[in-house]
Amino acid sequence: MLGVVTLVFLLIHIVPGDPVEVMLGESAQIADREALRQALGLDQPLFTQWWQYIQNLAQGDLGQSLHSRAEISSIIAERLPATFELALASLLVAVVIALPLGMFAAWKVNTIWDRLSMGFSLLGVSIPNFWLGPLLILFFSLYLGWLPVSGRESFSAIILPALTLGTALAAILARMVRASLLEILNEDYIRTARAKGLSEQVVLWKHAMRNAALPVTTILGLQLGALLGGAVITEIIFSWPGVGYTLVEAIQRRDYPLVQASVLMVSLSYIIINRLTDLVYALIDPRIRLAE
Amino acid sequence: MWRYFPVFILVLWAILALTQTYLPISPYHIELDKILQAPSSSAWLGYDELGRDVLDRLIQGASSSFWVALWVVSLSLVMGTLIGAFSAWLGGWLDLVVVHIMDIFLAFPGILLAIALAGILGPGLNNLVFALSMVGWVGYARLARAQTLSLKQREHVQAARALGAGNRRIVFRHILPLLGAPLIIEATFGIASVVIAEAGLSFLGLGVQAPEASWGSMLRDGSRYMLMAPHLVIAPGMALLLVVLSVNLLGDRLRDQLDVKSQAQNR
Repeated sequence: MLGVVTLVFLLIHIVPGDPVEVMLGESAQIADREALRQALGLDQPLFTQWWQYIQNLAQGDLGQSLHSRAEISSIIAERLPATFELALASLLVAVVIALPLGMFAAWKVNTIWDRLSMGFSLLGVSIPNFWLGPLLILFFSLYLGWLPVSGRESFSAIILPALTLGTALAAILARMVRASLLEILNEDYIRTARAKGLSEQVVLWKHAMRNAALPVTTILGLQLGALLGGAVITEIIFSWPGVGYTLVEAIQRRDYPLVQASVLMVSLSYIIINRLTDLVYALIDPRIRLAE
Repeated sequence: MWRYFPVFILVLWAILALTQTYLPISPYHIELDKILQAPSSSAWLGYDELGRDVLDRLIQGASSSFWVALWVVSLSLVMGTLIGAFSAWLGGWLDLVVVHIMDIFLAFPGILLAIALAGILGPGLNNLVFALSMVGWVGYARLARAQTLSLKQREHVQAARALGAGNRRIVFRHILPLLGAPLIIEATFGIASVVIAEAGLSFLGLGVQAPEASWGSMLRDGSRYMLMAPHLVIAPGMALLLVVLSVNLLGDRLRDQLDVKSQAQNR
């Protein structure tokens, strides 16, 4: 955690380019620049600045935006829920598509259905979200007029962004579901279950899926990082007012403290989500107990 | 026929990128009376919002993505492999430090770090390559480290050490050659993700700068005129999809052929 904070801090400070120049413009007087630099603490040694940064961070103080002079913590607090909402919706889309697709492919393995669904999943992995997004807008918003082009005003506004962001994850998950199911369907206890005369449905759901859920959950946790990264581009396409949108906006305005805070917030969310995945893991697999 | 499709696409991509300067294309030439014109027999992919030939710009975009992919994958592959292999071989506190650094990099979700880095360094191809390589090396390093750790105990490595070979000799002659297969597979999939990342960063305005063309920036500019001229969005997106799809197909095939473990699973 501290390492991430430090890397984000260094990212902004080692890079050439002077925030003071950005704030005052190139024609500013040298004395004014020095005064502002002192006020911002930028004349201190790097280590002192870093310590100050950590201390402020621990108190929930992320500094001020260079552009709007607003408290960054309040900007982030306003934007973070939108990103979570989008990530959750995309996750839902991914699971809803991937589970049936992967199960179906594994169930009908080596048939044309298997090939078709895996071909579909390969396509899903390969299609960049900044192409899929505009295509979906073109079709569903402009030609059909069913869904809004952008924004976050109505409930239906989240459908297209979630679909855009969720597709790649759905494709990866579907492959994972298929692979782990195939492995499990070859196990002895599955043969036993079938030999007992249990129906295909019961075998698939009760015996196979429960065990297939483990590797799938792992992949899900790991892929959430890619999801949060992809959210940046998706938020731009759909003008979704989340942290990713804030980040790109801040980059364009050279608003370094805001860039710093946005990157930090998304990364910390990712770390926390990974911890949560571990907990979920213990929940579905009674063999794992975190306390031990 | 279908077997050779990905190879065909990738060879075409490479040839277009390598011969780009000799081709009779004019990606900057503006014809005002042809603005947003749809594809026709004289211009196969039509004209863009400034009246430039989309096919010509697509070919130039092929070269941007090809060179960025080549540089980023080579740089991060070499850097990551060396760091990973030496770290695992030497062990001790050095390995500990490297593992910690890798963990920090891995804590950043996906492309986020590259976006931030490219954004702070400022736009341009060099910064783009630097940002993507800084993010890319970790994957190779982790793989090389894990493989080296298992190779460390092999007899031939032990024998080399018993014969008094130095660290450098053992890593370069006895370990690196055996890392080949998994790293090549990883690098193949790496090409796909770098192509997408380059286009993504250019889409955000952080990569290739106007007037030079990149598939990502063509997509961004084109999406503003989507309703009037859908070909501006469809053409670069299709090019991207074809290249990435081909790389992924090839990567899957390579993995099946080189990787003994997955071969056993498929049976």
